[in-house]
Amino acid sequence: MDILALEAKNANVADAEKKPTPKPKAKQPKKAKRIVYFEVEILDLKTKEKLLLLDKVEPTATVLDIKALFHKSYPKWYPARQSLRLDPKTKSLRDEEVLQTLPVGTTASFYFSDLGPQLTWGTVFLAESVGPLVLYLMFYFRLPFIYSPKYDFTSSKHWVVHLACMCHSFHYIKRILETLFVHRISHGTMPLRNIFKNCGYYWCSAAWMAYYINHPLYTTPLYGQQQVNAGLYIFLFCQVGNFSIHVVLRNLKQPGSKVKKIPYPTRNPFTWIFWLVSCPNYTYELGSWIGFTVMTQCVPVALFTLVAFIQMTVWAKGKHRSYLKEFRDYPTLRSSILPFIV
Amino acid sequence: MSAAAQGTSKAAHGDVAPKKKKGPGALATAYLVIYNVVMTAGWLVIAVGLVRAYVARGSYHGLYYSIEKPLKFFQTGALLEILHCAVGIVPSSVVLTGFQVLSRVFLTWAVTHSVREVQSEDSVLLFVTAWTVTEIIRYSFYTFSLLNHLPYLIKWARYTFFILLYPMGVTGELLTIYAALPYVQKTGLYSVTLPNKYNFSFDYYTFLILIMISYIPLFPQLYFHMLRQRKKVLGRTEDYSKVE
Repeated sequence: MDILALEAKNANVADAEKKPTPKPKAKQPKKAKRIVYFEVEILDLKTKEKLLLLDKVEPTATVLDIKALFHKSYPKWYPARQSLRLDPKTKSLRDEEVLQTLPVGTTASFYFSDLGPQLTWGTVFLAESVGPLVLYLMFYFRLPFIYSPKYDFTSSKHWVVHLACMCHSFHYIKRILETLFVHRISHGTMPLRNIFKNCGYYWCSAAWMAYYINHPLYTTPLYGQQQVNAGLYIFLFCQVGNFSIHVVLRNLKQPGSKVKKIPYPTRNPFTWIFWLVSCPNYTYELGSWIGFTVMTQCVPVALFTLVAFIQMTVWAKGKHRSYLKEFRDYPTLRSSILPFIV
Repeated sequence: MSAAAQGTSKAAHGDVAPKKKKGPGALATAYLVIYNVVMTAGWLVIAVGLVRAYVARGSYHGLYYSIEKPLKFFQTGALLEILHCAVGIVPSSVVLTGFQVLSRVFLTWAVTHSVREVQSEDSVLLFVTAWTVTEIIRYSFYTFSLLNHLPYLIKWARYTFFILLYPMGVTGELLTIYAALPYVQKTGLYSVTLPNKYNFSFDYYTFLILIMISYIPLFPQLYFHMLRQRKKVLGRTEDYSKVE
């Protein structure tokens, strides 16, 4: 019999029950603290085969804890590559979900599927940025087998070509440093094949642009130094702006905290764009590339800018929507990426 | 693909005609039926044109000229199918449909029309024939599906004829592109060279070679996808031997 019941029985003898102790139902195994332990079984999503049975799982365990336990039995599948679902048709459970808040009985069944080898976002970002940096320089220095052999290791006689190399390199060095020291990336990982897809795109685009800008037959901008300067100023302005926004976004999040906050303008004038736009980091990035296009007057750069604009608009709209969903008092003046436009 | 003729959702109070959330509405279905009937008829015209020209000339060389105009018209008209997917009245992927239609339009205009010298090649007849038979079956398949009266024969034909027609078409296409290469290189067709103020260049000759190479990974994927579809669609109806 339960200790509490025993005590109650004894207390009865002493005095009339002051606190009526409820008669414990003999459903759960008897423990002093009456923790209801869960039993968790993990099944393969496709074959429904029972992969693992865990008993005595704490009700306060998170999905991530369960993944860690699963990893112990199956070392190949580290938690980041596991997807656990309550039902084959529903979405994967988030790592933070707590077992006892899930709509399961005391025996919970999870369906496991393998997400494939995963890479951290940081790794992918770095790979995406190092490639263009190195590739562009290869074209700038006119390494062999790119242009006609008589141009190998020669240098362009146009000032704008040197300037473009500096700007392009600065952009990617800044990006690498930000990935290492500034960004706080909340998503854990992404599938391995993404790195091939993403890097392929960034690397090929950089090579394509670099080929033309550093080509011996490159034609300098139509409006000469004025145009180059205009492009340069736009580029630099937007690079500073982009960095300012990244700093603001970093300071929003305390390390380890999952609390989401609305970003607001600070004293830095470059952040005042937050009055009008949800994702000014994308706005400034677009501006940088427009500046670079004007500076180099190169169609491949313009096309790359256009594709970047489309992709970043998709991302910005998604982020804007999630802000609106998360915060009821979200500023209504803000657009997602272009003030008043989109 | 079949019309959702059943009234599923309750009509919103403000609407004149009840809007159905799932599948194309009655108006869209009517439009699609007309579209598919017109396309079936168009490709039949091309088929008949080919046969008549063959009979008249006594040989199968140079038949392209007898069906050049309807081929261009109806193959280009297929661009509407991308719109159908984008708008949602056809439940296919915009990307997949777009890719399929654009590759056909590319071959019709950017290769066969643009490079006169290949128009008398036999490879052109090869892919035109493959396209014609495929499209007649495909569009009649869609027409009957929309009207909910799909004869098993048409379904069978759609998922069987491709086994021969697809490789036949691909062969014709590749041979045609290959035949066009020397003329493109000689004339610099659609090509832009440096230096120019846009700092851009494009070599159509290299582009065509890359297109040909792209057939190597793409064709098997599409072919095996169709084979899998065949197993799924025809395999099931062997259990129920009734007309849909």
